[in-house]
Amino acid sequence: MRQSLLALLAKEPAHGYELKQALETIFGGAYPSPNIGQIYVTLGRLEKDGYVRSVDVEQANRPNKKVYYITAAGREALETWVEEPTEGPRVRDEFFMKLVLAPMTGLSDRMALVNRQRRHYLALMRDLRELAERTDPANRVALLLIEGAMLHLQADLDWLERCQEDLP
Amino acid sequence: MTADAPVVRAVNVVKIYQTGGLPVPAVRGVDLTVEAGEFVAIMGPSGSGKSTLVHMLGGLDTRTSGEIWLDGRRADTLSESGWAVLRREKIGFVFQFFNLVANMTVADNVELPALLGGVSPRQAKERRDYLLGELGLADRAEASPAQLSGGEQQRVALARALANQPRLLLADEPTGNLDSRNTRDVLRLLGKVHGQGQTIVLVTHDARVASMADRVVSLLDGQIVDDGAIPKSRRRPLGAAGDVVELRS
Repeated sequence: MRQSLLALLAKEPAHGYELKQALETIFGGAYPSPNIGQIYVTLGRLEKDGYVRSVDVEQANRPNKKVYYITAAGREALETWVEEPTEGPRVRDEFFMKLVLAPMTGLSDRMALVNRQRRHYLALMRDLRELAERTDPANRVALLLIEGAMLHLQADLDWLERCQEDLP
Repeated sequence: MTADAPVVRAVNVVKIYQTGGLPVPAVRGVDLTVEAGEFVAIMGPSGSGKSTLVHMLGGLDTRTSGEIWLDGRRADTLSESGWAVLRREKIGFVFQFFNLVANMTVADNVELPALLGGVSPRQAKERRDYLLGELGLADRAEASPAQLSGGEQQRVALARALANQPRLLLADEPTGNLDSRNTRDVLRLLGKVHGQGQTIVLVTHDARVASMADRVVSLLDGQIVDDGAIPKSRRRPLGAAGDVVELRS
């Protein structure tokens, strides 16, 4: 979230609520709607690190509005972020821990764990599919994000199948 | 036959292949019942027997032992010609190999089952236009199968399988050759016909396709290891792919 806010501020100064709206518009329903408190907390940290500064803008009939803008240090941090390679996704290991460890405790058998997990993944996939159907076809960003999520889920399912085949 | 009989009932179905040397069991005692209007996805690793199972359900492969009932009628004891009649009347197929008639146009390929089924030429043409339109193939109607890409041929095979509004649609990896846009067309059509009451049994490893189903059957080593509904997700109804897309502060 730090970097997305920095990137939006590099485009133009904005206040917290505008940043929330911008994130929602760009990424659509696929992105968990950021909570405004979380945005202010992040902005506060960025300010403390010297990456952004804020000015109070007076408004008629309303409390002052805090507008944030990016600093030179912020711009530099953003450049570094854009240029460095991004970490690959990590294997979702929580389920694998259950799969390996739970049978040792006698709590569950692997077949039941895999079967339950498969049905759960398919339920998630159904959500993603329905989300894609509801998404504005013109919003390529949101649709690509959903497609990425679907491809990850497919890989998880394929891996589940491998676990079922190879773990007795 | 009877109104309330399941569309498919397989009882302890076994298939053992014996090509020369040792017998190889492909399906080892499968019980499966599919009610009218149900959409069942069959999943499992390659070699788990899923294709063999649907081939047997459609009479394209004989069972070694067990019973197969279709629409309340015993089918595993039918002769090859008996199966051919049953298939023409009741079953639509989409298989990994497309089997389109090479010297007929796409339009004629799709109309053929409906015409053989005794539908009027006008109705057959209407149904064909509808199906090809839904699958984004309206402008390919006069092409011959050889002029089509693999993905187009696969969609034509689906249109043909649905031409007759069969009692049962059987499919083996119906999106295996499709890119993601064409897969979307196929999913949309499957969702529509299922909504109209079409009974569907399909083998797939594609989770998008499987997630359309009411029920998932998982095979492992020729046996069913799981058979049940895809649960309602526990997540809040609105959007948010939070499990896969993560916000980090």
